[in-house]
Amino acid sequence: MKASAFDYARATSVANALELLTAHGERARVLAGGQSLLPAMNLRLIAPELIIDIGELDELRGVAARGGVLTIGALTRHADLQKSPEIAVHAPLLMDAVAHVAHPAIRNRGTIGGSLAQADPASELPACMLALGATIIARGPGGERRIAADEFFAGIYETALTPQELLVAVELPAQPKDSMHYFQEFSRRHGDYAIVGLAAQALVRDGRFADLRLGFFAVGDRPLLARSAGKLLDVAVTPAVLSEVSSALDEELSSLGDQQATPAMRRHLARVLLTRCVSSLLARTDLCAGVSA
Amino acid sequence: MTAAVAISLSVNGERIEASVLPRLNLADFLREHLKLTGTHIGCEHGVCGACTVRVDGDIVRSCLMLAVQTHNAKVETIEGVSDSGEIADLQSAFRERNALQCGFCTPGMLMAAQDLLQQSPTPDREEIRAHLSGNYCRCTGYQAIVDAVETTARVRAGRLP
Repeated sequence: MKASAFDYARATSVANALELLTAHGERARVLAGGQSLLPAMNLRLIAPELIIDIGELDELRGVAARGGVLTIGALTRHADLQKSPEIAVHAPLLMDAVAHVAHPAIRNRGTIGGSLAQADPASELPACMLALGATIIARGPGGERRIAADEFFAGIYETALTPQELLVAVELPAQPKDSMHYFQEFSRRHGDYAIVGLAAQALVRDGRFADLRLGFFAVGDRPLLARSAGKLLDVAVTPAVLSEVSSALDEELSSLGDQQATPAMRRHLARVLLTRCVSSLLARTDLCAGVSA
Repeated sequence: MTAAVAISLSVNGERIEASVLPRLNLADFLREHLKLTGTHIGCEHGVCGACTVRVDGDIVRSCLMLAVQTHNAKVETIEGVSDSGEIADLQSAFRERNALQCGFCTPGMLMAAQDLLQQSPTPDREEIRAHLSGNYCRCTGYQAIVDAVETTARVRAGRLP
């Protein structure tokens, strides 16, 4: 189908975009890469009255590493992330994750800011933000606001952003050189939205987790930073420990059913990912024995 | 304010000035306004890949881009890369290997395959499959398409000194 009619404004600067949002925020949608917004409009799932196109605001595009902090502009495209040497060094988790986001033609247009503001619970980047401890930076009429990733996602397509605010960048702490990551998702076909996925960042010292952040996605109405990961810190991980954590994870999940999977199937796959992730990060194949998807 | 917006862009090397409604997507602009009907429209929500074109050198879904977003951009369609001879060998490999039947997906397939070959001159079959994974073909079963792309890559590599 075709999108219904709308008004169009091409923002000439961030200040101009904010003026437009202040005046029309409630009835407007911001157009960045358009790879989630335009399908939704074509399917008539949404029909905004006004589109504010921020696509020409080059100041919002790019990756910079300074003083242990990685700043990624909101308009940085998925394809930019894949090519960025700063991402490869300081946040390789994103490199792995982006390869699972749709297809090359989509990654050439889709942006990190768009993906986060869209807050699809089955998309990869929101979960990565949780695993990486990101801060989301929004600008609005009252100035700039910094929002921790675990307070940003509020539900299906819902975030902490107000209609007058624009997501301008995300900040990530550069990961230590010996930090490890794991990314995996189950999907029916390459490039589809995940049935269940996991983005993880970890520090391993002497065969034990000194830090472990598990960001699950497609397991509920928003990405989940699993609290149960805490039970794996600084202990000798045995199959019994892992089984206990697996049950604790199950308690945290509020999986939804849809045409892709039942809630029970999602719970099962989340536990499989947990086991594979822990086994892979600790290089302990014994932990993975007998686990199948 | 749903008024038409003036845009100026390059399409296949030709300067185009037009006035378009904001809701018009690039695929419809190319097909309906410029009569470049080689760009096909399948799903209109970015899944099938039939509408793949190049914008500023990168492949994109023309159904997921508004015509107004191409202001000042350089757009290349299947007609452009076909007429210039850029993909003549790829087209020939598709024909020889029967990598098309109804032909609906073929323009998008060719755009995506050429994009891969520009970035990765000697891709293996897995890379070819991954790069074409966003382009649906309902006739061939893909094997012949992967064969044709692989053959083209080998021939092109052989031509290099």
